[in-house]
Amino acid sequence: MTEKNVVLDVKDLCVSYGKVEAVHKVNLRIKEGEIVTVIGPNGAGKTTLMNALMAVLPCQGEVVYLGKAQRRDREVEQMVAQGMNLVPEKRELFADMSVSDNLLLGAFDRYRRGHRDQAETMEEVFKLFPRLRERKDQAAGTMSGGERQMLAMGRALMAKPKLLMLDEPSLGLAPLIIKEIFRIIDSLRSTGVSILLVEQNARAALKVADYAYVLETGEVAMEGPAHQLANDPKVIESYLGLGGKH
Amino acid sequence: MDLSIALLLGQDGLTNGAIYALLALALVMVFAVTRVIFIPQGQFVAYGALTMAGLQSGKLPGTVWLLLGLGALAVVMDGWIALRDKQLRKLARSAAFNLLVPLAIAGLIAGLKADTLPLPVQILLSLLLVVPLGPLLYRVAYQPLAEATVLTLLIVSVAVDFAMMGLGLLFFGPEAFRTPAFSEGSLTLGELTINAQTLWVIGCSAVLIVVLFLFFEKTLYGKALRATALNRVGARLMGIPTTMAGKLTFFVAALIGTFSGLLFAPITPISYDTGFLIGLKGFVAAILGGLGSYPLAAVGAVFVGLLESFSSFWASEYKEVIVFTIIIPVLLWRSLFSHHVEEEE
Repeated sequence: MTEKNVVLDVKDLCVSYGKVEAVHKVNLRIKEGEIVTVIGPNGAGKTTLMNALMAVLPCQGEVVYLGKAQRRDREVEQMVAQGMNLVPEKRELFADMSVSDNLLLGAFDRYRRGHRDQAETMEEVFKLFPRLRERKDQAAGTMSGGERQMLAMGRALMAKPKLLMLDEPSLGLAPLIIKEIFRIIDSLRSTGVSILLVEQNARAALKVADYAYVLETGEVAMEGPAHQLANDPKVIESYLGLGGKH
Repeated sequence: MDLSIALLLGQDGLTNGAIYALLALALVMVFAVTRVIFIPQGQFVAYGALTMAGLQSGKLPGTVWLLLGLGALAVVMDGWIALRDKQLRKLARSAAFNLLVPLAIAGLIAGLKADTLPLPVQILLSLLLVVPLGPLLYRVAYQPLAEATVLTLLIVSVAVDFAMMGLGLLFFGPEAFRTPAFSEGSLTLGELTINAQTLWVIGCSAVLIVVLFLFFEKTLYGKALRATALNRVGARLMGIPTTMAGKLTFFVAALIGTFSGLLFAPITPISYDTGFLIGLKGFVAAILGGLGSYPLAAVGAVFVGLLESFSSFWASEYKEVIVFTIIIPVLLWRSLFSHHVEEEE
């Protein structure tokens, strides 16, 4: 792909667990600075899709990231080194370590390649998540669900990602915290980072996103600009319920 | 038993305990980061001591050949992958690290008359020869199996241990060696005479433990190792490569093992087969701490050391039996009171 502003271009992506195909021929495209969301029911293959993009799972098909075709046997670290960062559904924090250590480790790859701007980046993260500054010496495992999600996002942002992938950031959180998280996702737009957002909370996701895909049983069932999908009768019926108009 | 004997035995126990503590810490660390039960830890003790003895007798220690051989093997393995992926830069880097560095070390040692050099230099040369074996061993024996089960990795460890012991016999011969103490002399405190090497052992162990603590608490690489131990998936997502964590851990473990050997050799004669038993005592200490706690492992190590020295007084034929028997009540206790965690596939 030579189009300059396309960050991620995926063609015919298939992922299988043994003989079971979890993701089938998915095409997906993310442009620079865009928030793209993938919504769909439980078990539709959303998390699998993200793990495959991040090279946590092996996949087939064509993945072009930042104009470079990615090898099929690429490693997670190579994706991190290219500025792709995943905030997984389970957060995967370092529970016994302090909040600031968790954040520092988010910048490990940059540190390893000689960048020493961790203090400034952490300051930016603290500005986005003031709660993390208050808790910076606390062990990550002792924090509330919302704070952990903030830490997981902050940790990923420490890597200064070009593409940030968020897997169910609202999972298990109270409505007020969800609102806060989505406000922050929206505010990330100004930093120029592209975001791939996987959500079951379709209403909130469609509100914040520019473009959306609906994934059902491993295949793209629908796609389009987010505001269009939010008004699509089928989407309203399946994912937004009666209160679909916002 | 009177006080002077008790003090003497206590001193012996503490000295050995300090060494076991170092080995136990290394075992806990290696297991936490890589899930490898590192039985060859003890071989590094023997290799350290015997390499030093070899250098002091003016011979080129056989360790040189093992270093070069493992280096070449690592390059072949890296090269295979690099050629398959057509990434020649990786091959060049691997060759520089795994072949040129060992060659430079070997050349340095062959060129110097090590037996005429002062002791600190000999110590440094021994470390230079033996410690790189750690990361090389990880590359050759463990890295291809990084995702295997704990049991598979344990079997590999047994094999590596046997191989190293056999090669040890080939390189150093069957006789035991004792190296001169770091410094002569002794300190008399009333009833108690403490010889200088005892102080060296306890002092160096304490310093090494503090250095390790600082490494794990204060440096980002140390934190990365802890992170890998705490959450493997999370660590990979931060771009901490499993391979790097493994090699770094094995480097630290080899450093600890080798240095322990250098500390130990002036106290006890060490032969090619001593390492296994010493390593096993470190392992008992690590098990006392549940193979998961550094402070408990260190305390366990001192206990093992004291138990060993006192039982050598009362029942010297049974001293090994007594030391290894204490593992049974500990295992019983743990299996009764801890939850069994199924290993993930």
